[in-house]
Amino acid sequence: MPLDHPATHLTGTVTDLQATGLAKSFGKARPVFEGLEFRIRRGECVALVGANGTGKSTLLRCCLGLITPDSGRVSLLDQDMVTIKGPARRALRARTGLVGQKHNLVPRLSVLSNVIHGLLGRHSGPRYWVQGLAPAAARTAAFAALDKVGLADLALRRADQLSGGQSQRVAIARALVGNPRFLVADEPCASLDPQAGEEVMALFISLVKREGVTVLFTSHNVQHALSYGDRILGLQGGRIAIDARARDVSAQDMARLYV
Amino acid sequence: MSDRSLPMRFARPGAGGFLGYLAVVLIILWSLEGAGWSADRLISSPPKLADFFDRAWPPSTHNLDRLAWKMVETLQIAIAGAAIGIVLSVPVALLAARGVLVGRGVSLAVRTILGFIRAVPDLAWALVFVVAVGLGPFAGMLAIVVDTIGYCGRFFADDMENTDPGPAEALTATGARRLDIAACATIPAALPAFVSTSLFGLEKAVRSSTILGLVGAGGIGIELKVGFDLFDYPTAMTVILMIAVVVIGVEQIGAMLRAAIMGQAR
Ligand SMILES: Nc1ncnc2c1ncn2[C@@H]1O[C@H](COP(=O)(O)OP(=O)(O)OP(=O)(O)O)[C@@H](O)[C@H]1O
Ligand SMILES: [Mg+2]
Repeated sequence: MPLDHPATHLTGTVTDLQATGLAKSFGKARPVFEGLEFRIRRGECVALVGANGTGKSTLLRCCLGLITPDSGRVSLLDQDMVTIKGPARRALRARTGLVGQKHNLVPRLSVLSNVIHGLLGRHSGPRYWVQGLAPAAARTAAFAALDKVGLADLALRRADQLSGGQSQRVAIARALVGNPRFLVADEPCASLDPQAGEEVMALFISLVKREGVTVLFTSHNVQHALSYGDRILGLQGGRIAIDARARDVSAQDMARLYV
Repeated sequence: MSDRSLPMRFARPGAGGFLGYLAVVLIILWSLEGAGWSADRLISSPPKLADFFDRAWPPSTHNLDRLAWKMVETLQIAIAGAAIGIVLSVPVALLAARGVLVGRGVSLAVRTILGFIRAVPDLAWALVFVVAVGLGPFAGMLAIVVDTIGYCGRFFADDMENTDPGPAEALTATGARRLDIAACATIPAALPAFVSTSLFGLEKAVRSSTILGLVGAGGIGIELKVGFDLFDYPTAMTVILMIAVVVIGVEQIGAMLRAAIMGQAR
């Protein structure tokens, strides 16, 4: 199995995310994962793969500090995500974004309002709650983000009146509007048909590449992982089984993760 | 074929289960005794009831406009009290909902206080406010406000806890503050449930407001009390019928509005 040697591979580049000795368990159950070590360099697009229930979503949540690991450290953009608190944590999160498997838009609000919510890490208060009250700069930024995902026409449509693919593109616009440095996407195409999934994935990757955003995404689509990821992280049995450049990983290597 | 046999229709209760049933039966019998159960009085009651209806029927009509105005005042008490109570319930519920603005401790404390408010009957609140602000509808309205906070504060909080956590998590990941997350994700998602709960709150307020008059806190209840005190049963009957019509009407309107709103939210 191809394994990179981080020391030779990573010299001279900035590390955006570094996990050391990461472990997480729920209740008395066997730990979901233990002793995870990996790092993600600036501008890299990393695909996290593994069978159902191997802890991909849990790992992403740990990386963003949405849940606390049992032990180990997560250094995100040079800050300790596990111990950081309060305004410092919000400031750090303002430089990160999350696109979920479900689009997680607020159904009763307009598309534009939902995108403006992506700015809440930097701004606070009622003026950022709905687009009607939002400052001109926020509306312009949100509209530009919507335009990038090709949905400028639907700015005032209610979010629950969109198709799955459109919703997911709005979620991408919301994640990108704050110009994050680090973006996490958990199966961004899971609920989409193959065609829409392909479109959304291509759009997502082209946008983040253009802006130089570091990306960690999960996918059950081996083809997506291999073609859109610069690097593959494979989780199996609570350990990292693959950590290699995508072009060095074969389809058989991937298939072995799912046995 | 496996050697498994068809299960019995009913499991035979064990000794513990049998004692449990026995205890329940004994508690009920004991309670009936405490409630002054009397077969004699029950058997002798139909003639007396018939006599009451005989004297109360037909309902009086000569005070109708005064009674109607009292009914309007009753509805005013209910609407004003419920409106203020519902508005105040939102911030209270934000503090009562676990994980929205506050942690377990604060939410438990606020929920305990709300439980206390609900445990005190509306007539008791009315008595308290009659002492505080004097006789009249204002005391009744304040009682309705408190009663509504006890009810809506608790159920708004439940409504918020039951919303999909996804949007809130997405906003957490962008670094939003808790108040912003509540305003942008939790409250909009809970809004249809809020409206439904508020309509129940209004129905409850209308029902309460009709009897607040019994303790001098305004509304049509006073006419009911006076009617019985003066043996003016026809007027009392008119009041009872008016209350029934208004309460049923408000419930029907509430049900219609709820159906319309629920249908609208997908
Ligand atoms: N909040 C939770 N409480 C208890 N157990 C949990 C919780 N979240 C996840 N788990 C457990 O942790 C394990 C990993 O779950 P996780 O969702 O991270 O897997 P995954 O790799 O994302 O799976 P999938 O490919 O299906 O999305 C599973 O066994 C799951 O049951
Ligand atoms: Mg998952």
